[in-house]
Amino acid sequence: MATASDTAARPGNRALPRAGLILGALLVCAAVATLVGARYGLLLLIGLGFGIVLEGFRFGFAGPWRRTIRERDPAGTVAQLVSIALVALAAFPLLATHGEELIGAHAPIGFAMVGGAFVFGACMQIVMGCGSGTLVNAGSGNPVSLVALPFFAIGSFFGASHLLWWTSLGSAPTVALSGTTGLVVTLVALVAVAAFLWWRAPAEKRTIPRRMWLAAICLAGLAIANLVVAGQPWGVIYGLGLWAAKGATALGADVSASGFWSTPGNVERLAQPILTDVTSLTNFGIIGGAFLVAAWRSSLSNGLPSLPARAWVATIVAGFLLGYSSRLAFGCNVGAFFSGISTGSLHGWAWFAAAFGGAYYGIKLRPILGLEARS
Amino acid sequence: MTTRWPIALLALAGLAVITVADFAGGASVDIYNQPPILALGSGQASGGAHCAALPSGASR
Repeated sequence: MATASDTAARPGNRALPRAGLILGALLVCAAVATLVGARYGLLLLIGLGFGIVLEGFRFGFAGPWRRTIRERDPAGTVAQLVSIALVALAAFPLLATHGEELIGAHAPIGFAMVGGAFVFGACMQIVMGCGSGTLVNAGSGNPVSLVALPFFAIGSFFGASHLLWWTSLGSAPTVALSGTTGLVVTLVALVAVAAFLWWRAPAEKRTIPRRMWLAAICLAGLAIANLVVAGQPWGVIYGLGLWAAKGATALGADVSASGFWSTPGNVERLAQPILTDVTSLTNFGIIGGAFLVAAWRSSLSNGLPSLPARAWVATIVAGFLLGYSSRLAFGCNVGAFFSGISTGSLHGWAWFAAAFGGAYYGIKLRPILGLEARS
Repeated sequence: MTTRWPIALLALAGLAVITVADFAGGASVDIYNQPPILALGSGQASGGAHCAALPSGASR
């Protein structure tokens, strides 16, 4: 006689809910395309793809960096560099030939930018979630990320509000590599970093699992699609700050005093529907895509972690700092590291170095803050 | 609350609340003035906002 769990595990019994999940996601994308425009429906679909790839292949940024630092395991970090290189191969020629229609993730290097990246690197290890990772984890039912997410958005709002003051402390002109020379320099630098990590790794860890290759390739394809459809590279934190800014405005706050939120572009974004904001749509998609995969795998039935009160306080503080610092750093692991480097911005490299240094200390802080057992 | 289900559903509900509140707050769409489906080849400048962008008017 079949038990209840046997019945639930039967493939036929799971086919209908799974088909419903896919149909539901496609219907939402179609509804957005119908209500606000085809481009926006397509961007939501691309966002779903990001979420599905990141959760489906268990690929991310914080975890691989942690393994690289703690275990000298380079696989995940090298896979990230491969993905960035693949995007660069398409993005550099596109930006060179369609500079009127497409923009790169270019920003200046400065004191606040480097400091912000350092703090972000530390905080992303504390909550084990970067910009994209926090969204993915929230969608797949991780309570730490769900608690961190609203504070991430609030931090992003305040960081943007104070961005011009922080930048005035000192920043260099924006440097963006371009053309064939820029592409070659970027690829050589990516290979050099990957080779260094490979050289440092123990022999038994000098391998990249198949799932990471697939994730790197799929992520690159989606990032290129994002650039082609949106006209700008993949980003995360602008959307989060915009949600908080809209919330503050709805509650009666006057954001026009902010040099950032009062610029014409941001005033327009505040007035326009959130479903027409590029990064908001892909953020929505990442959460939705991660949910689809988690529900598909039935991993949403897993239990929740039991954490001490100080861990939740640390999550809230780190969530806020993730948002605030990533604004000063002109992006998170996605907007600055992934998209910055793949479109030639020197600030992407500075971000990588500073955030990697911060990650080292974040890993040390995590057990002290009660987010993992002390070893 | 012992499984991840309520957490994930809360995340989705949050997105729904943000979207509905946004429209309820007066955000409207001009369906006759939509951008082309692809920015590439559209002939239009990118109009989105990105986290790497410093607002114009600030020193670079």
